[in-house]
Amino acid sequence: MQSRRTFITKATATYLGTLLGAEIVFANRLMEGIVPVALSNQDDPYSLKGKSKGLTLLNDKPINAETPVHLLDDKTTPNDLFFVRNNGIPPTEINLDKWSLTIDGEAANKTINFTLKELKEKFKQYSYQLVLECGGNGRSEFSPPAKGNQWTLGAVGCALWTGVRLKDVLEYVGYSSEATYIGYYGKDTHVSGDPDKVVISRGVPMNKALEEHSLIAWKMNNEDIPLHNGYPLRLVFGGWPASTSGKWLKRISIRDRIHDGPKMTGQSYRVPCKPVAPGTKVDNEDMCIIESMPVKSLITYPKTGAMIGINDSLNIRGHAWAGELEVGKMEYSIDFGATWENCVLENPPNKYAWQQFEASIRFPKTGYYEVWARATDTQNQQQPMILPGWNPRGYLNNACHRIAVKVQ
Amino acid sequence: MMNKPTYDKEKLALLLANTALKIAGVLAIFTIVGLSTVLYFNVMKPYNQKLLSQQVAKQSPKDIVAIPKELIKNGIHTPTGFKVGDHLHMVVATCTACHSAKLVTQNRATKEGWKDMIVWMQETQNLWDLGENEEPILSYLAKHYGPEETGRRKPLENIEWYSLDP
Repeated sequence: MQSRRTFITKATATYLGTLLGAEIVFANRLMEGIVPVALSNQDDPYSLKGKSKGLTLLNDKPINAETPVHLLDDKTTPNDLFFVRNNGIPPTEINLDKWSLTIDGEAANKTINFTLKELKEKFKQYSYQLVLECGGNGRSEFSPPAKGNQWTLGAVGCALWTGVRLKDVLEYVGYSSEATYIGYYGKDTHVSGDPDKVVISRGVPMNKALEEHSLIAWKMNNEDIPLHNGYPLRLVFGGWPASTSGKWLKRISIRDRIHDGPKMTGQSYRVPCKPVAPGTKVDNEDMCIIESMPVKSLITYPKTGAMIGINDSLNIRGHAWAGELEVGKMEYSIDFGATWENCVLENPPNKYAWQQFEASIRFPKTGYYEVWARATDTQNQQQPMILPGWNPRGYLNNACHRIAVKVQ
Repeated sequence: MMNKPTYDKEKLALLLANTALKIAGVLAIFTIVGLSTVLYFNVMKPYNQKLLSQQVAKQSPKDIVAIPKELIKNGIHTPTGFKVGDHLHMVVATCTACHSAKLVTQNRATKEGWKDMIVWMQETQNLWDLGENEEPILSYLAKHYGPEETGRRKPLENIEWYSLDP
């Protein structure tokens, strides 16, 4: 009798034969439940559910997509344009009535499960505009190159997040004086298909967790959070690498030590504690966890490549943010940094929101120009014009953004 | 006045050929749909990493497998986006088992750098021991996806110029 498995092997082998002109070697692997992306349906609407076609897809398994800079022009980033950084596969079956959040851990006074309804009813709700930026935003510019998704500029967004304060929930549960860190767990699954493997479990120290802007959120811009941004529940820590803001949140552990889940340790989301020469191999013990993100800005209008007349003014605008700090000054240069002019800079609506800037520029003669933007934070740290310190995994590139302009 | 249709031998042959093609097309669609269903349910089967690694470890580097010409466009293997080169079949089988080929093709590294990534995936991401296949895979990656020197800041590239109305 021909077993189902044999049938699958043969069928798969035939299909792969057409695809690759290759041998049965592929089928041996496939029958254990793995479909190469070449075989998966890439047009599946589920794959980028709720997202604009304007996003740039860097990776389709797991899905990673960034926002082209000129599409980040809104004061708050719309849900369909917000970047996606998935480490694994988002949950496919989400039952809101059954979704629960467990608070536990060595330093928790007790273990408590909250339903979504309980979270919404028991605690006061808050809304803040908070910037989330991937720690690896800008990685594509590193030389020597750094491994991972090659983000250019658009792994950042600022949305209005609504939820309860993590602080209120942690205090309701209670924790001991040993409490050091919180670590999250989500309902995504590992790309290898191993159901027991935790995809990513990061977190923040207690002092960050207890800030008033640290949220357990279920709304993004007054709508449900898109599936790829963590529906139905996620953490949001403004100003820190977005990987600390766990998605599809199911559990928070109050730890008595620095959290040690996957991608907290080794070289992930860490940079050398002391500066190193480009290309240096750095031992794990010499790598330090990234906390606040650095000062940065983007020109979101106009799109690079604008051609204008010599008698025209060029109006530029964009956003600037500075991790845990505020942006104190915003400047532009049209002569490759020889001279800088001030932009008009707005105050943030709340801490951790990005700030809008604008300027009107006249050019002295026809020709090729680049408009460079440079933000300075309230501790006088500026964006560098060249790449900042090289690090093995390519994090924290906050070099100035620039656009090309031709004046005719 | 309309012409009465005539069926000479040549036209009849064409008609028959057309019908045959259409039937073949429908059959092909059925095959694809059936196969997709099989693959879909196959994905639902329990995951078995141990068996998987055992199977892969048993295999040895094979002769270079020819890629059908119709799947190559400008030196790119169109189903995956990989550059066509020696041992590509092995790279596809190994690297796309878990993640997209895009994660490979967007990265650049020396042979040593690619080796480090493989070790990292073995230590943390369930990648199996590649055995004899490791060397040809590393050679392919280092040859086709090696680093380019870009310095501390590249000039702006691929600018699409457009007129901006004031």
